[in-house]
Amino acid sequence: MSYVKPKFRHPRLPTNRLGFTVADYDGAISTLCAGCGHDSISASIRSACFESSLPPHRIAKVSGIGCSSKMPTYFLGKSHGFNSVHGRMPSVATGASLANRDLTYIGVSGDGDTASIGMGQFVHLVRRNVNMTYIVANNGCYGLTKGQDSATADLGSVSKYGDVNGFDGIDLASLAILQGASFVARSFSGDKEQLVPLIRAAMAHNGFAFIDVVSPCVTFNNHSGSTKSYEETRAHLDMMPLDFVPMREEIKAQYDEGTSKSVTLHDGSAIHLKKAISGHETDNRQTALNTIQQANAENRVLTGLLFLDPNSQNLNTKLELATRPLNELGKDELCPGSKVLKSINEGLR
Amino acid sequence: MKQIKGINDFVVKFANVNGTGSASANHLFAKSIFRMGIPVSPRNIFPSNIQGLPTWYEVRVSKNGYLGRRGGVDLMVCVNPQSMEKDIASVEPGGYFLYDSTKPLASHLKRDDITIIGIPLTEMCMKEFPVPRLQQLLKNVVYVGALAALLDIDFAVLKGLLNDQFKGKEKLISSNVHALEMGYQYATENYQCPLPIRLEKGGNVAPHILETPHILMNGNTAAALGAIYGGATVAAWYPITPSTSVVDAFAKYAKRLRIDAGSGKKNYAIVQAEDELAAMGMVVGASWNGARAFTATSGPGVSLMSEFLGLAYFAEIPVVLINVQRSGPSTGMPTRSQQSDVLASAYASHGDTKQVLLFPATPQECFEMTVQAFDLSERLQTPVIMMSDLDLGMNDWMSPPLEWDDDYEMDRGKVLDAEGLDNVETWGRYLDVDGDGICYRTLPGTHPDKGAFFTRGSSKNEMAVYSESGEDYVQNVDRLLRKFDTAKKLVPEPKTHPPIEVKKPKTKLKLGALFFGTSASPAYEAVEMLAKEGYPIDTMRIRAFPFHTDLDQFIHDHDVVFVIEQNRDGQMRQLIMNECQIAPTKLTSVLNYSGTPITARDIANQIRQGLDTKSAKVVPLHKETA
Ligand SMILES: Cc1ncc(C[n+]2csc(CCOP(=O)(O)OP(=O)(O)O)c2C)c(N)n1
Ligand code: SF4
Ligand SMILES: [Mg+2]
Repeated sequence: MSYVKPKFRHPRLPTNRLGFTVADYDGAISTLCAGCGHDSISASIRSACFESSLPPHRIAKVSGIGCSSKMPTYFLGKSHGFNSVHGRMPSVATGASLANRDLTYIGVSGDGDTASIGMGQFVHLVRRNVNMTYIVANNGCYGLTKGQDSATADLGSVSKYGDVNGFDGIDLASLAILQGASFVARSFSGDKEQLVPLIRAAMAHNGFAFIDVVSPCVTFNNHSGSTKSYEETRAHLDMMPLDFVPMREEIKAQYDEGTSKSVTLHDGSAIHLKKAISGHETDNRQTALNTIQQANAENRVLTGLLFLDPNSQNLNTKLELATRPLNELGKDELCPGSKVLKSINEGLR
Repeated sequence: MKQIKGINDFVVKFANVNGTGSASANHLFAKSIFRMGIPVSPRNIFPSNIQGLPTWYEVRVSKNGYLGRRGGVDLMVCVNPQSMEKDIASVEPGGYFLYDSTKPLASHLKRDDITIIGIPLTEMCMKEFPVPRLQQLLKNVVYVGALAALLDIDFAVLKGLLNDQFKGKEKLISSNVHALEMGYQYATENYQCPLPIRLEKGGNVAPHILETPHILMNGNTAAALGAIYGGATVAAWYPITPSTSVVDAFAKYAKRLRIDAGSGKKNYAIVQAEDELAAMGMVVGASWNGARAFTATSGPGVSLMSEFLGLAYFAEIPVVLINVQRSGPSTGMPTRSQQSDVLASAYASHGDTKQVLLFPATPQECFEMTVQAFDLSERLQTPVIMMSDLDLGMNDWMSPPLEWDDDYEMDRGKVLDAEGLDNVETWGRYLDVDGDGICYRTLPGTHPDKGAFFTRGSSKNEMAVYSESGEDYVQNVDRLLRKFDTAKKLVPEPKTHPPIEVKKPKTKLKLGALFFGTSASPAYEAVEMLAKEGYPIDTMRIRAFPFHTDLDQFIHDHDVVFVIEQNRDGQMRQLIMNECQIAPTKLTSVLNYSGTPITARDIANQIRQGLDTKSAKVVPLHKETA
């Protein structure tokens, strides 16, 4: 495959290692509501791919159905994308990743798409550790079907129609950690500073990387009484800031000893965590779960890297797939030929 | 009493309890006949259960090579007291009944119009073998030994098969051979051997059959081999009878034939999905990304895959689905055979959809059509469903050997690579450049700045840009119809057989018969029976949907056309009525939907009845005729 640089550059825009400007990572103009959290996530994905110098055409975007799942139209116009079936993007992503292990896969879903109709597929995607980044744009409601509560809506949150949610919300991050996810993070669509490095780290991670992003729905879930409004989220945000340091790059920033630490990813890049939470170890599922639970109990929206196992084995490795992508194999590798068939016939007499 | 007589031409049925080891003994019996070069077709009739319920194994021996069910039983081997009453009643007058006489036959069951052969199987085994499990297993082998004497099976062939089966396990071989001999000896000492129905190597078997080096295999294994030879690299599935053995066999052959020589790693991936939705989603994802991918399932699985089948139809993604049909829901009769997913598959999913179907009738066709399914699905950029069924998929069929042309090239269809994209002036994913309804695809990762697009259902224009305009929608789905028309020319054409000559025809009506899949074998036999009675019937075997124009012609050319199929509603008849320009009154259903495969006698009976009534209308008969 070729990694050709674009033919001309915009003189004023900075370029990345491949010579692309951020505009090379643009998609179509968004048709989401003005102020929708999802648009900020699109922008962060775009920035992350630009900053990490990924060739756009070597990225494949997959999504389910919902406002959130429309997002892939609005970033990376030079990448193939697939707006698939409500709640079933995990299976499409799994198949795609098996067919070509060399591409970078970004999955975008919603809380309805993942936590309700797609819960079964989501859990199995986690279990298989498919090599991809999976972002849930979590607004606590079904945007596209006009504001019904989703399964991640918090207990007691009031809907636009005035109904009080009487069910506990599903915490997708905890669930992912419990089910063995190798990279789990939470973020807020309004916090680009944290979300961009998180997405970069997720894409560098070898295996399934999950980011639950609180992404307010301005039209149906941004009123007072909603726990997923901009105001409520900001008021309760407990942010763990971090930096992403790609492999081959030196750490330039100065960090304070004791309050910060680095975790190295499989490919040699690193995540620099700038705030330590006592008792929370990112490589320990139990402490990660405790930290989340405590934050939830205290009404804090805890964001940052929650859990990471940099040495996880992804699905391709588990299935012992050959290194060449399956979609590149031809007749010579795949078809055993007439002689073999003759001997198979012999065995059937 | 007049006993049934015949060389290489009879039906034997075994009545067993499932989970008692009878399956391998019964297979040994059928395979020994096959090795003697005599046409044989065995069928499992089994419950959805692992242990303890009645199960049957029906073996048709036919010098003429009729592989479908004939109907009726000439020799019943009954080792299951639970079903004995019905089993003995089902034997043809003049037939034979072999049973375990350890417990004498109840007097109310006795019949004086059949020959009763008692062999104390349990008692003999209790005396001879110390271990209870062996007593149970070898009881089955003892009756095979008795049958060897009664029917004249070549003993050396039986021994050879045991040697193959238990290679290297001398102890097992010798105990099995001993059990065979026990049965053989008992039968020769107590009964006149052989019976008037018997086997004879070579004998009266039709010469063209003797000349072919046949194989014995089931359709699911053949389909799996088709997937291997067709270059499938991704298999995603969820277990369901009767399709499970497709992926089982694929896994077995792939392990042998698909390992990368350099690294020892796999040139294929098999994923046991969490359900059929996911299985189909994985196939869609892999195919979208340019791999040849397939899944296999049955009725309930097809229901679950339906949403994805719709998306794949509209988004134009190749999909290969092997549908091994069975009857109804999971608590229906999941281990019984039917052809009852015809409509559900042809129009699978939401909106205006039409799916391409292939109808194999033999293992050889299961193999060839699976390869074809990959080519067609990529050429047409659409799902292709291969419609097998339990009878074909899970039973062993005598078949000419599988053949392979080493010059075969996979047809990957219209896919533009980087160079192709550079050479084309304007590219639009849904632009019908060639006028055949098939547009040019691109795969993810191909070109740095050309050919990327967003795949979605039908809200798009020719350039793959989001659109909800009615005009764009209509243009798109009309093009899909054009593509379906193109498919007509690419799918396997129907097979017609020259009519059998009838000297003094009893009717002036021009008669035709249409059928497909496993209804074909017994249909051909029925047509031959009826020809002897003075009714000439032309036949056409449908092999694909969309239908070939020859089908319309065939119907036009006949006064009465019988449509033979295995479902209640005459689904193929309905599909023809929907899709062809013909008068529906010409089409008369011949149906069987009891779950056990249709028999030649049943077909012939229904056609006779149809010819009796002036309107030539047939009342569906679901009861098997004796
Ligand atoms: C099988 C099926 N059922 C229902 C729908 C209707 N539907 C479309 S989007 C959606 C909910 C989306 O919610 P979420 O994933 O949270 O996305 P959001 O719009 O909130 O970003 C539903 C129920 C559908 N498309 N498919
Ligand atoms: S309805 Fe809500 S989720 Fe959908 S685009 Fe508007 S703000 Fe975003
Ligand atoms: Mg939502």
